[in-house]
Amino acid sequence: MTDPLFWHRVQFGFTITFHYLFPQLTMGLALLVLFFKLRGEDAQARFWVRVLAINFAIGVVTGIPMEFQFGTNWSRFSAFSGGVIGQTLAMEGVFAFFLESTFLGLAVYGEEKLSRRAHTAALLALFLGSWISGYFIMATNAFMQHPVGHALVEGKLQIAHFWQFVLSPWAIWAFLHNMSGSVITGAFAVAGIGAYWTLQGRAQEAAPSLRMGVVAGLVACALQLFPTGDRQGKLVAEHQPATLAAMEGVFHEEKFAKLAIIGQPDVAAQRLENPVYVPGMLSFLAYGSFGSTVHGLADFPRDEWPDNIEILYYAYHVMVGLGTLFIALMLAAAFWLWRGQLSSSRPLLWMLMLAIPFPYIANTAGWMTAELGRQPWLIYGLMRTADGISPRVSAGDVAFTTLGFCGLYALLAILFLFLVGREIAHGPAREATP
Amino acid sequence: MTGLWYALVAILFVVYAVLDGFDFGAGTLQLFVARTDRERREVLAAIGPVWNGNEVWLIAGGATLFFAFPQVYAAGFSGFYLPLMLVLWLLALRGISIELRSHLQDALWRQFWDAVLCGSSAAMSLVLGAALGNVLRGVPLDSSGTFMAPWFTNFRVRGQAGVLDWYTILLGIFAVVALGVHGGLFLAWRNEGAVRERAQRAAHVLWPMMTALGLVAIGATEIVRPEIYRQLLARPWAWLLMLLAFLGLIGARWLRDLPAFLASSAFLAGTLAATAAGMFPVLLPSTLNPAFAITAAGAAAGEHSQRVALGWWGIGIPLALAYTTYIYRSLRGKAVASEH
Repeated sequence: MTDPLFWHRVQFGFTITFHYLFPQLTMGLALLVLFFKLRGEDAQARFWVRVLAINFAIGVVTGIPMEFQFGTNWSRFSAFSGGVIGQTLAMEGVFAFFLESTFLGLAVYGEEKLSRRAHTAALLALFLGSWISGYFIMATNAFMQHPVGHALVEGKLQIAHFWQFVLSPWAIWAFLHNMSGSVITGAFAVAGIGAYWTLQGRAQEAAPSLRMGVVAGLVACALQLFPTGDRQGKLVAEHQPATLAAMEGVFHEEKFAKLAIIGQPDVAAQRLENPVYVPGMLSFLAYGSFGSTVHGLADFPRDEWPDNIEILYYAYHVMVGLGTLFIALMLAAAFWLWRGQLSSSRPLLWMLMLAIPFPYIANTAGWMTAELGRQPWLIYGLMRTADGISPRVSAGDVAFTTLGFCGLYALLAILFLFLVGREIAHGPAREATP
Repeated sequence: MTGLWYALVAILFVVYAVLDGFDFGAGTLQLFVARTDRERREVLAAIGPVWNGNEVWLIAGGATLFFAFPQVYAAGFSGFYLPLMLVLWLLALRGISIELRSHLQDALWRQFWDAVLCGSSAAMSLVLGAALGNVLRGVPLDSSGTFMAPWFTNFRVRGQAGVLDWYTILLGIFAVVALGVHGGLFLAWRNEGAVRERAQRAAHVLWPMMTALGLVAIGATEIVRPEIYRQLLARPWAWLLMLLAFLGLIGARWLRDLPAFLASSAFLAGTLAATAAGMFPVLLPSTLNPAFAITAAGAAAGEHSQRVALGWWGIGIPLALAYTTYIYRSLRGKAVASEH
């Protein structure tokens, strides 16, 4: 507990996890609100924009700390790599935040003043701003996962090939995977709230949300699995083989490697307990053929193993398991919707409503997989996490301010749930909430 | 190339101070110049559409400092660890006080958030001034190029100086007053009726205090860091910045409406830009030994990175300026309170 590295990781991990609960809904809803508007479902668009505005505000105030923490908590990392990753972070501000902050107000309050076309354009700008912002964050993270386009000059990283860096395949696939994850969060919220209203006997005002949520949810869940999840997994297999082994709980090299659906890793004994396997599947998923060899952790030096294999393994399995359940739920809901019976199928409506939190869990677990999987590296192969922290900041200072963030964020969470809860209770039928 | 980036970073921070400065000032003053709920909503109608965009200039400035001068970003942000955490909490409280206040039609709820907005805005003004004071005075950078600033030590400006000493507190108070004038003139321009009159009066009452404190600060800076004035005088183009600041100061007192607000913007911009011109090429002086100071050349990212950045910067910042111009142009006419 007196180890500064531990507290720096806790602080960044906690604040980024809490922060990302909000942008994922913002990015998902920004797209769905635009669809509502384009389909002429103005009351729905108006309602979801009000939710979006509250969500966006919390996202902004919890996002600024992330930008600061590169310098406050990870100063050695910043000094080493600022010439590269500082650029994508600055591009996010310049190309995305200005766009978002300019058009959010018009999207939320401008409907009466603007023409229909101009208001739609403001919603489009808001959507573009939030998704561009997502891209630059993914490009930054992609560099830490799989650095490309850089050069090491006098002990500092520099950009050598700009486009190679900004358009790295890792950035593109991780972005798409992340965005379909965001649409899942947004679609489950829209469908789940629609289900809630329907269960309350307000089926008429709920119908457009229910329909939009289920259709968008089904499409996004499918894209999450293929091609985005599949390609993301193949990139990990190619560039971070030790991570893949830890995620899948593979300790020893295997040909025709089997895929563990379930089971608990026992790292000390280097085996998986109570496993349920699908033979050959892991080789196929990772390398495209059943006969491929998958490396086990034992093939890698101990100091290159991810340092928390258990959580990494569970996070990954939680993500995949939930993703699979999401597809099943949305397939069922879409089938009933197509038959015109979704609004009267109470068990399915209950399930849709209760499913709202789970995409948040799946997205968080996915990010934990990515970030724990990158360990012990801060920039894969270039800088270790332990070498990146601020040398002069004490463990006590970070522990203290982490407690401060816990308190402040608890307040933000309560305010968010309270205000969004009121909006949901009022629903789309009535105009602005009094 | 390094000099150019020094200037660009300085410009971004100046724009940030001028823009977020007026909504800090307005946030501080609203508790006093707007008394009824309707009047407070008029103030929020004036700053509501722009505060978030104003804050983006801080992100743009910070991130540009990050990639152009990673060394100073790393040393400065980690050295000011605790004060920056305080800044983050203040900005968070301030942001939600503006955004969440009008969601509930409950008098106590609204009064609470109005008080939070006032307190966090005043504290942020103080912090901005004290931050400038720290950068001018320098920090206890040692030979490793790092430092850890304690909140305070002995309130003196040499040696192991803390975040707060007599000089940085002086600049903090100056900033509260100066941004009060700035925010008052903004509200006087943007609002009508009682809010406009009280804001105008507040700006007029605060102006002599700002001028007096400004003169004291100029004298104090001569004690703390005399080379700033020597370098400023040796760079004749920077005299224009001082002239701009002086004309702005006069205009802020004797002009009205938009011209007065622009004058106060010119005063702040001229003062800050002249300060940056006097500091160049130093980014962060050391109170322990002048040789430990971080300079632009010493902190710069590689030449190639800086040149690459100039490419997209040349597209991005004009775009940002276009959005900013668009939103301010759409504000023509006085700010009108929302229905609730």
